[in-house]
Formats: sequence, structure tokens, C-alpha cells
Amino acid sequence: MSPAPTSKPSVTPSAISVRNLRVKYGEREILHGISFEVPAGETLVILGGSGSGKSTLLRTLVGLEQPSSGEIWIQNKDFASISDDERDELLKKMGMSFQGGALFGSMTVGENVALPLQEHTNLDESTIEIMVRLKLDQVGLSGFESYMPAQLSGGMKKRAAIARALAMDPEILFFDEPSAGLDPIIAAGIDELILKLKKAFRITIVVVTHELASAFLIADRMILLDKGVIVANDTVAEMQKSLQPRVRQFLDRVPEPELTGEIDYLQMLTGDVPPQRQ
Amino acid sequence: MPLTETIGAATLDSLAYVGGLARLTGGALRAVFILPFQGKKFHIGRAIHQAMSVGVEALPITSLISFFVGTILAVNAAYELRKLGALHFVASGVAIAITRELGPLMTAIVVIGRSGSAFAAEIGTMKVNEEIDAMETMALEPVQFLVAPKFLAMVLMVPCLTCWADFMGVLGGGVFGVTSAGFTWGSYIQATLDALLERDIMTGLIKAAMFGLVITAVGCQEGFLTGLGSEQVGRSTTSAVVKSIFLVVMVDLIFTTIFYVTSPR
Amino acid sequence: MDISTRQSGAATIVDVVGDITLYNSPQVRKVLLELLKDKKAPRVIVNLEQVRYIDSAGVASLVEGLKLSRDLKSTFALYGLSRTAREVLELTRLIKVFEVYDNEEEALRGGSTNVAPAR
Repeated sequence: MSPAPTSKPSVTPSAISVRNLRVKYGEREILHGISFEVPAGETLVILGGSGSGKSTLLRTLVGLEQPSSGEIWIQNKDFASISDDERDELLKKMGMSFQGGALFGSMTVGENVALPLQEHTNLDESTIEIMVRLKLDQVGLSGFESYMPAQLSGGMKKRAAIARALAMDPEILFFDEPSAGLDPIIAAGIDELILKLKKAFRITIVVVTHELASAFLIADRMILLDKGVIVANDTVAEMQKSLQPRVRQFLDRVPEPELTGEIDYLQMLTGDVPPQRQ
Repeated sequence: MPLTETIGAATLDSLAYVGGLARLTGGALRAVFILPFQGKKFHIGRAIHQAMSVGVEALPITSLISFFVGTILAVNAAYELRKLGALHFVASGVAIAITRELGPLMTAIVVIGRSGSAFAAEIGTMKVNEEIDAMETMALEPVQFLVAPKFLAMVLMVPCLTCWADFMGVLGGGVFGVTSAGFTWGSYIQATLDALLERDIMTGLIKAAMFGLVITAVGCQEGFLTGLGSEQVGRSTTSAVVKSIFLVVMVDLIFTTIFYVTSPR
Repeated sequence: MDISTRQSGAATIVDVVGDITLYNSPQVRKVLLELLKDKKAPRVIVNLEQVRYIDSAGVASLVEGLKLSRDLKSTFALYGLSRTAREVLELTRLIKVFEVYDNEEEALRGGSTNVAPAR
């Protein structure tokens, strides 16, 4: 993959194509040149420990952070260089489920799900009502339309947020830690929902998680991110067979200090930027 | 850091802050006046809802405060005018001070306390809960969706509230005038009407509309600048109140000067 | 998307050609509601043979048609579902709620006797 900044008018079958992406928070670079592709209809799981940059990567993919360099192509459109209107059109085809739900606290669950439909379509209110019930039913929240987000448990908030992300029948769905902090049964339910969505609607799905069991269940491909670089990018089967130390460490849940060298440790303590791994 | 550098940095920060306010105001005005004609929805229902909470619900407290400020003003004026045997000037003094200055200012202070702080808290909480981020990923522009209705409500309601505050202030002065300064209600009202020029009321209302803009811009901007963590919401709210009061006084100064310079002699 | 209606005996067949999506489903809804409410059609059959994809707005419009037909004591059926459309109806657990046929003849033959089970 060429990281040439002169963007060629490339046409790829990929739903998402990321090329040599770098993201900075102030002076600190979080992502050090990341490239990968997500073919349409596939599910990509981004794995990584805390501080690996996986949340930043997700936020950048949905346009909440600006890359300092590199390109993000979504459905063959360069996310950085398109007009505001084109960007809005693209965003309408994308759904994002935030880790904490990010439901609008001043609106009921039903109004939360209805909002994008009311704002972006000319659907009749009665059609929207049915759609809201359909979406809530899909995430197991039938009958909760009139609840306020504050009245819901953490798991219910998360599912309501998924319903909202699904409202516009997106072509690409992003999940930030969909099962973190949920009890195993509900977490399994969300995994199953993701699989169903993929099957029925052929949605391209990007999931950021550190839950290995769920990752192996839902993923077509996996990326392991460590300190802002991709250590592995493979199919699920290849990933499981991988002998790469960082991959094994993550998959076998080896505690961090055993593999961290003295230099890394010193750099961590003194707050220096870690060296780039290749 | 050398003093000059500190002053320079502080100046740049202040300019950037004011620039942010201007950008927010511009974005909101665009959302109210231009985008609806380009087929974007404007949330008139939200604006009405805001107008209710900004204006109508502020009526009781605004009335109370401006009534008493009117009385206090009358008492203070009488204190001096008594020495000159000019108690009959109490009515005109109160009328002019209230409509030109204290009506708009007192209203602004009430609105800052009730609404400016609430805007900062509302948007700040949404920021902390990632609701603003969620809005952006849903292709909803926070300025159009959240800020514009507030601007419209404030620019309309603060002058309305000010009108009412003017009336209550004059009434408050009248109570003192009638009970202790030898006026009858009829003569007090007549003296007030004689003293007031249309210009006094209009300049007061123009200032009030400007205050509405400033309070909304500061409240919303402080909300958007809220950092991570819920304790930051409190900080934003405090900051919104302090900065709004300061900026309202500055805007007051500027506009009063402009009105003075442009007034017919 | 194109939508047209034709009469076949007592039944009115609605031919839909193209995907039914968020942006054009109001058209489908309008046609269905007109047929059922204004023209009092006793049986409405939606031909989905030429529909590759139907999103949840489309599904919701069909649900509205179904509900109205029940309220008005007329009948409402679908036929010719693509694999995707079927999957969507399965995901939303509506495949059993609708009266679904494989082709037009079956849809025309059904109806009076074969009423979809009530919820």
C-alpha cells in the first residue's frame, strides 16, 4: 500500500479504506501511520489494550477527530476532502453506538431513536413510530419507548443506543465496546444481534473491543492495535494461529510487565513517546 | 515568562474567546435566517420551548427584582433631591435610570443566573456524556440543533422581559413617590411620561437584545468548552455566569457610548 | 422506485419496482393507504418480485398497510419476496405476521380463507 499523499482516484470495493493515518492530540501522536481496509459487508474487530489508540481510531473513522495526516476513504469518498453536504450524506449512512450510550438525556428512548428519522427524512410520524418500535424490539427493549435514559440500566442504555444507531438503516455501523460492562447473557445477546444485522442487512461493521470471546464470535477480520500501530491484521483463523509475541500476549492474556523492557518502562514513567514498532 | 509575553498571551486568548463567541453567533444566525430557506429544518418548537423557560418563567423573579430596584432608586434619589427641595424630580430620575440602564441590566443579570448558566450546564452535560459527539455522528449540527433555538428565544425574550422590568421598576419607584414624595398616582405617571423619550426605551431594548446575544453565546460556548468529567460542568456554569456579567457590562458600556455620541443635542 | 396498481378480480395488485428505502417509502405508504382507505379495496396484494432490498422504513410502511387492512376488515398480502427482503422480515419477526405467498397465483387464490394469524 503506497502512503503517497497524492491521492489517486482509486476505486476499491472496500467500504472503508484507511491509508497511513496519523492522529495527534496536541503534541502527542496517538496513531502512528495506520493502514487497513474493510471490505463491504465484513465485520472488522479492532482489538487492543487501553491506551492502544483504538478508541481514537474509531473516533477518527466517524469524523470526530481530525487526522494530522493520511486518508480515510469511506464508500470511495475521501472523508477529509468532501463538502459538508457530502459528509452529512455519508454520515447518514453510518451509525455509531457509543460506549456509554450517549443517549440524549432530555428525550425519551423513543424520541432518541426517532430523532435522526425526523431530522433527515420525510417519513410520516406514524411510520416513524412503527420503525422506532421495530428497532427497539430488535435490541430487546420493546415497551421502553417512553422511558427516559436515566431510568435505564447500563445495558439497556447501550441497547437503546444501538437501536438509535440502527434508526437510519446504516450501511456501516461502528461499535465502541458494545459489551463492556454488561452481564454475560446480555453481552451474548448483543453479539447475536450484530451477527444478525450483518446477515440480514449486509452491514459493514467495525467493532472496537477488548472482549476476546465476543471478538472471535463476530469478526471476519481482526486488527490488533498496540501503542498506536497495527501489530497484526488478519482473519480470525490466522489470528488464532499467530505466533507473533504481541498477538500471543494479548490473546493469551499475559500480564503487561512481563514483556515490557526496562527502556519502555522508563519511557512510561518519564512520559516519553514510545518508540514506533514495525 | 516576561510580563509582555504574559499580557500578549492573555490578549490573544481573550481575542480567541471573543472570536469563538462571534463564530457561534454567526452560525446560529445563519441557522435561523438562512438555512431554513435552503431546505434545512429549523426547530421552531425548540425555540418556543426555550422562549417559555427563558422568558415566561423568569417573569416573577424579574418583576420582584426590578420593582424593588425601582423603589431603592427612588429612595436614593430622594435622599439627595430632598436637600435641594426637588423631590418632584424623583419620578423622572427613576424613569430614565430604569429604562435606559437598570431595566436592561437587572433583566440581564436575572437571565444570566437563570438561563445563561442553564445553557452552559445543559450543553456541558451533553458534552461530558458524548451526546454532542453522538449528534455529530448523526449528521446533526449542534449549533443548528441546540444553539440556534436558544439564540432566537433570547433575542426575542430578553427585550420583552426588559419591557416588563421597566414597567415594574417605574411602579416600584411610584410606590415611594406616592407614599413619601408627595405624588399622587396620576401625577407620578404623568411626570414619568413627561420625562421619558421614545429613544430612552428603544436604546434600552436594543441593549437588551444585545445582552441576549452575549448571554447565549457565552453560555453555549462555555458548555462546548467543558472538559471531561462531570465536575467540569460546574466549572463551566460558574464561568458562564462570571464571563456573561463581565461581557454584558462591556457591551453596555460600548452601546451606551454609541448612543451618547449619536444622540441629537 | 416505481409503483403502479392493477386490478385482478376483487384483488388490487400493487407492483413495486426497485428498492424501498427511507426516502421513497412514503410513496408506497401513500398508495397503500389510498387503496385501503379511499378506494375501499377489499384485498390488496403487494408484488415485491422486482424489489431487491427493503429497509425498515419500507417494512414499517407495509406494517401500516397491514394494520389499516385489519381495521377496515380487508385483507393484505405480499408475494415474491427476495432473499434479502425475507431476511429483513425474519429479523423483524414479521414474516409470520404478514400473509406471504411465493407468487401471484397463490396470492390470488389465498385471501378469503387464508387470513394471517392474529398476534
